[in-house]
Amino acid sequence: MKNLTGIKFHLDFWSIVKIITIATMCLFIVYPFYTIITKSVFSTKVEGMTLYNFKRFIEKPYYYKSLFRSLFVCSCTVLTTLFIGVPVAYLMTRYNILAKKTMHILIIMSLMSPPFIGAYSWIILLGRNGLFAKLFQSIGMKAPTIYGRGGIIFVFTLHLFAYIYLYTSGAMNSIDSSLEEASENLGMNKLRRIWTVTLPVVLPSILAGCVMVFMTCLADFGTPMLLGEGYVVLPVLVYNEYMSESATDPFMASALSVVIVCCSLLMLTFQKLVIDKRNYQMSSLRPPVEIQLHGSKRFLASLPIFLVVFFASLPQIVVICQSFVERSFSGVVKGINLNNYRTIIKRLYVNIKNTYVFSFVAIVFIVVVGIFIAYILVRKKGKVANFIDMLIMFPYVIPGSVLGIGLIIAFNKKPLVLVGTAAIMIISFVIRKLPYTVRSGTAFLYQMDPFVEEASINLGVPPLKTFFTVTARMMLPGVMSGAVLSWITCINELSSSIMLYTGKTSTIAVAIYQEVVRMSDGTAAALATILTVTTIFSLLLVFRATKGKVKIV
Amino acid sequence: MSNQVIINNAVKKYGDFTALKGVSLNIKEGEFFTLLGPSGCGKTTLLRMIAGFNSIEGGEFFFGEKLINSVPAHKRDIGMVFQNYAIFPHLNVKDNVAYGLRARKMPEEAIENKVHEALELVQISHLADRKPNELSGGQQQRVALARAFVIEPSVLLMDEPLSNLDAKLRVQMRTVIKKLQKRLGITTIYVTHDQEEALAISDRIAVMKDGNIMQVGTPAEIYAKPQNPFVAGFIGISNFIDCNVVSDNRVDINGELSVDIPLKKEYRGKAILSARPEQLFFSKEGLPGKILFSTFLGDFVEYEVRLDNGQTLTINEYTKDNSAVYENGENVFISFDPARVSVYEAESQEVLSL
Repeated sequence: MKNLTGIKFHLDFWSIVKIITIATMCLFIVYPFYTIITKSVFSTKVEGMTLYNFKRFIEKPYYYKSLFRSLFVCSCTVLTTLFIGVPVAYLMTRYNILAKKTMHILIIMSLMSPPFIGAYSWIILLGRNGLFAKLFQSIGMKAPTIYGRGGIIFVFTLHLFAYIYLYTSGAMNSIDSSLEEASENLGMNKLRRIWTVTLPVVLPSILAGCVMVFMTCLADFGTPMLLGEGYVVLPVLVYNEYMSESATDPFMASALSVVIVCCSLLMLTFQKLVIDKRNYQMSSLRPPVEIQLHGSKRFLASLPIFLVVFFASLPQIVVICQSFVERSFSGVVKGINLNNYRTIIKRLYVNIKNTYVFSFVAIVFIVVVGIFIAYILVRKKGKVANFIDMLIMFPYVIPGSVLGIGLIIAFNKKPLVLVGTAAIMIISFVIRKLPYTVRSGTAFLYQMDPFVEEASINLGVPPLKTFFTVTARMMLPGVMSGAVLSWITCINELSSSIMLYTGKTSTIAVAIYQEVVRMSDGTAAALATILTVTTIFSLLLVFRATKGKVKIV
Repeated sequence: MSNQVIINNAVKKYGDFTALKGVSLNIKEGEFFTLLGPSGCGKTTLLRMIAGFNSIEGGEFFFGEKLINSVPAHKRDIGMVFQNYAIFPHLNVKDNVAYGLRARKMPEEAIENKVHEALELVQISHLADRKPNELSGGQQQRVALARAFVIEPSVLLMDEPLSNLDAKLRVQMRTVIKKLQKRLGITTIYVTHDQEEALAISDRIAVMKDGNIMQVGTPAEIYAKPQNPFVAGFIGISNFIDCNVVSDNRVDINGELSVDIPLKKEYRGKAILSARPEQLFFSKEGLPGKILFSTFLGDFVEYEVRLDNGQTLTINEYTKDNSAVYENGENVFISFDPARVSVYEAESQEVLSL
């Protein structure tokens, strides 16, 4: 007997959701990217399809050097973050570091705060008119410069070592302690134990962290833009080619975008082919024990952590302090007051409102869509789910500035004109920040007992109603912790907004960038403080809600 | 509507793998019926087909007269107790139990009464307002039970409901389940891999292996007259002894012992004789062997005996019958009551004894 209802099930609820999801993603992710690719093979200088742009890229140092610079900065940052992140992870997981929980939270906060605020506050400290720069001057020395490639790597390192720390400590915490005990039992001393057992087992996770650092560096626009000066990296070059007032060349910008995406794709392929295959899935029956140090030994073990956390948190502290300092245009301190805030509320009220309204609307979409997509990925596995999974990963490969250009080129003509609207800002938020929510949703769903849904169906509640009353209800806490991360990155988003904004749709992040360029330190600091404080409170909220178990990576 | 469950030739396929190879069962109204077998035998697969969570590749499933193959799971009106209970973590005990009644749009007042009654029956009415994470395993089990039978289903399904409990609680809960089932008279299909549990709880048992049913019968029938060596070995412990059917009803073991066992049909050739440890005893004559090892277990002593022909047997001797314990290495003769052992064809594994 054939199951007859199965045949007319072609258009059930989930099929419709799948179709809408794929259609929407194709429209807002695949299509913009496709337009970039097509643009990249045309030029104003040559007729018809051509590889002229790519030829120019290979021939002109102005272009190809930016690629080398990007790769250099990314590689150096990976090394420096490894140098800091791995030891920090080892100390934090194995020893009773003082104020361990606070340190952990502070590291996560430094990661979640927008990178360009880090760059900006290091300019305040070490820039031309910086505090330290003057301090050094007064004792007749020259302060190390924060501009150029050294500065970029320095700021990236303090911001991104947290990725390495989180990936490594995650893996170290899941090593069963018997593994190291076995090594000890077989006669290995401590250092060789770390070298022969601990490191190889956590290596895949460390490498995954490296890929994350590399991709973030490669895509980041704000830091190199503020600090680079003559040292132009790829995303900055893309911006210049597309936005600069003198000679905009959207075709060349598209070609450069294609180059960046190719680099990210290579990294991602490396991750899929090399790293993911070696991931040792371990069920840690006995998590590693924390070694109890006492007195000065404990302090010595904690000291490196304090130093690293201090430098990583310094930007936030500096920015908050600076926001209360009123300066004249020439930089002379006029007083400690709230005038900076008064100024921004008067002048940049729209930006503040936009940031919160856009982010909030985006988050509503992200949560709803995130729950649906996470459910499809986990419970409705198949070719369609795999395809959606791939589309979700797309924003990882496309830097924000590239996605911004794509959206502009794709939606600046009929039938769908979105450029200049709030909608296009919100769309870019949703596309770029959805993965956080989907990932935390799927992780949660994998742990959720599928029999609970079956129990509900078995008791007479139809599958769809079960989804809304039981599954979605139970997923909500898991999805929310991801959604807060989406929210934080939305309010801090710069690289796509800088391409898409207009006077009416500008956000805080864009305003900070403009204020910094205009050397208006006080207002920039006040704006940055608003973002920082919002970020901190949002994070504290998740920490409270999840009892500190929030998954960033 | 009669609440019997009839399954005709059920087939389940996962790709190339056939998990159920044409299973037919007839489960009577009010019966406590158990599907018993090792993991991977298809028992849970069959249960989930009845519940409507697995697709049906072939065969017919009837509740009474009604064909249910194409009835969706939420309309089958079946109670189910899941292995890990599947209690809704966001609802308290009362709301968990009321869930199915609300799905049936019963008036709140009636729900209140029914839930109260159900909780009384499983003796957890004092926990009505607790959240699931405040309950012990046994208490969660009772919630799952109450939630399943409160909807007064035509059939109750249980998928290894006791496997997550500790040994003592397991014995206690199986009595609770058995008594409740008899009191409510719900046709119940129970899945387990624990033969002792199956024997203790069931009216009838279907022993399954590799997607086939090996034998259906009452616990006593299955224990006393296993229809094939698999059932003999899976239910309780059996000694298998190679033998030969030499003439009508005459079975010879290695030339050392020859006994008369009434057989179903004419057969000559290799066979297997199966005897439970308590069906073997020491005697003046019989199969010669040596005591290898003895384990004193209080009410009986378990001996391992190496026969002269090389086979090893397990024999239980009750201490109330004989207080002497044989020494290791002692020479003994083993005998049995021919009417109580089973004989199978060596090749086809079919039962020969009556």
